[in-house]
Amino acid sequence: MADMISLRELQVQFLAPRKVIRAVNGVNLRVGTGEVVALIGESGSGKSVTLRSIMRLHSERSTRISGTLEVDGKDVLAMSPRALATMRGNTVAMIFQEPLLALDPVYTVGAQIIEAIRHHKKVSQQEARKQALALFEKVRIPSPERRLDAYPHEMSGGMRQRAMIALALSCNPKVLLADEPTTALDATVQIQILLLLRDLQKELGLSIVFVTHDIGAAAEVADRIAVMYAGKIIEQGSAAQLLTQPRHPYTQSLLKSRSHGAMQKGQRLETIGGAPPDLSNLPPGCAFGERCKYATAACHVTPPVEQELAPGHVASCFRLHDIAALATTG
Amino acid sequence: MMALSDKQDDKRDIGGPRQPLLQVRNLLKHFPLKGQGLPFSGNKSAVRAVDGINFDILKGETLGVVGESGCGKSTTARVLMQLIHQDSGELVFDGETVGSRALPLRQFRRQTQMVFQDSYSSLNPRMTIEDSIAFAPIVHGLSSRTAITRARDLLARVGLQPERFAGRYPHELSGGQRQRVNIARALALEPRLVILDEAVSALDKSVEAQVLNLLLDLKQEFGLTYLFISHDLNVVRFISDRVLVMYLGQVVEIGSADQVFDQPKHPYTRALLQSMPSMDPLQRTEVAPLAGDPPNPINPPSGCRFHTRCAYVQAPCSQQAPVFASAASGHGVACLRYEANSGVSQDAAALLETNHG
Repeated sequence: MADMISLRELQVQFLAPRKVIRAVNGVNLRVGTGEVVALIGESGSGKSVTLRSIMRLHSERSTRISGTLEVDGKDVLAMSPRALATMRGNTVAMIFQEPLLALDPVYTVGAQIIEAIRHHKKVSQQEARKQALALFEKVRIPSPERRLDAYPHEMSGGMRQRAMIALALSCNPKVLLADEPTTALDATVQIQILLLLRDLQKELGLSIVFVTHDIGAAAEVADRIAVMYAGKIIEQGSAAQLLTQPRHPYTQSLLKSRSHGAMQKGQRLETIGGAPPDLSNLPPGCAFGERCKYATAACHVTPPVEQELAPGHVASCFRLHDIAALATTG
Repeated sequence: MMALSDKQDDKRDIGGPRQPLLQVRNLLKHFPLKGQGLPFSGNKSAVRAVDGINFDILKGETLGVVGESGCGKSTTARVLMQLIHQDSGELVFDGETVGSRALPLRQFRRQTQMVFQDSYSSLNPRMTIEDSIAFAPIVHGLSSRTAITRARDLLARVGLQPERFAGRYPHELSGGQRQRVNIARALALEPRLVILDEAVSALDKSVEAQVLNLLLDLKQEFGLTYLFISHDLNVVRFISDRVLVMYLGQVVEIGSADQVFDQPKHPYTRALLQSMPSMDPLQRTEVAPLAGDPPNPINPPSGCRFHTRCAYVQAPCSQQAPVFASAASGHGVACLRYEANSGVSQDAAALLETNHG
């Protein structure tokens, strides 16, 4: 399987007054053609920053990106503004958490899709409208003809998110980046959108990178899951590996809080003490060390390196084997 | 200072433990739409946010409220808090009508407090957090020195060391810490009922767990009653004794958490539960349990409001509105399939139960 996206040692730093915020600290991630990868983590873990750097959406002036970032075999970091504009939309498209903010409120949804189509392809207004209508049917918007002429505020949340997916698909991209696409939606609508994404992915052979903090949403759509903490992927593997045999202590506690029967009434919830580290002042060792119940002195000296546990399943922790032994003995 | 934790013989407890703390009777709140309908015709359309609901909040319990957005959860909370006034209906707090001479609003608000979802916008950015917490007690007549002492005690109680945090401003705190401040502020007036409107929804999972533990501890220590509104069904099941399900401004089901989650009666409750993502990548959801979005509360469907999306819909459902009926077990539901002589056959209902059991 060819790599559609390849990130190697990606670092993203934001230059703030008198400090540097290290939002992403060496991310290695490969996404194959037609593969769905979910990036999960808490707020501030760098998952959205990673996603946005794939399209280079960060301000050039205040951001420093290093490492390798390739999409469809092309080096994104070396692209000219013109090449970048061609890539955005044609190769890579993105959907956001809040479609009401991402869509322009003063144009109808149809006009926005038609504009996108005509920006990238030389087609007539009528032809573009026909394509927009076909897209609306594809994302299963009821009475699509009428909805094309609706303004974003006239649609419900789920409908808006469908319209945004239609907009993202308007130029037949190969990669879809989804930044918390279902977080703002109700559970009953969330599952509809997740199923739609899964169907479209199969139908169009899209590669999808899906950022979420909801493990359940990741389990519903992702082939592979990568867990981020303090700007690093601390564990990644197939969805089944990660959800059934998590090995990193952070992943384990994250899953424990959600697993069946974890929330027993009358019992206290197991919590991870403390808070994530300050990204402008990261500790020298493992970023999770401060909060980890297995941490030893060595954990606070140098950052752990990635270890392969099974084909495709990697984790970064010094004590992986000790923890596994502890788990089996008791 | 009055002992914060001594609530066993609360003088304010009038009706005894069996009297519901808050009874909600036929509560109705419509928001009229501007520029619709003819002027003075008296026939303006309105968002029927809360459309005649009845329920009780028992003393010492946690009542969870679930439903999709737009179903009236937050409007209900705001009316209960009397931040907005109902069009009709009655709130009876421990046997006394809210707003009557026996229980004026000022007295009622002292005993009912609220925590909102957005921890940042609900704190005054120009006040230190101890001043924010002490503000309401001062308004209600406590000396500022006593109020500040109480604020510091409460900060310690919610897990923020007063020496470190008392003088800070809201922007200097993380989201979880700010929500702890909001909880402390809600407790500053020693309320009996605390309304938590999506209070943990904006927090990360690990922080959410810390705050939920805190809420459980505080409830026990101060003898509180919670109304817990959330869209996260896992959290609601964990924290609630009883659960109320709302759909388009009406109560469709109420029962103990176990009844509602293990033996849901209403088709909507069942679909809501099935919409939770499965945690097993090998057993993914194949078909969405509910199609489409909730209908518009301006023009709710006739008859049973859920009939447009219901998997068990039958002919009478679109004409006849179900009546909310409560079984002896305290498990109540508003669905024609559970009503005798409604013309809706029980077969589908039987099917529902066997499928779930």
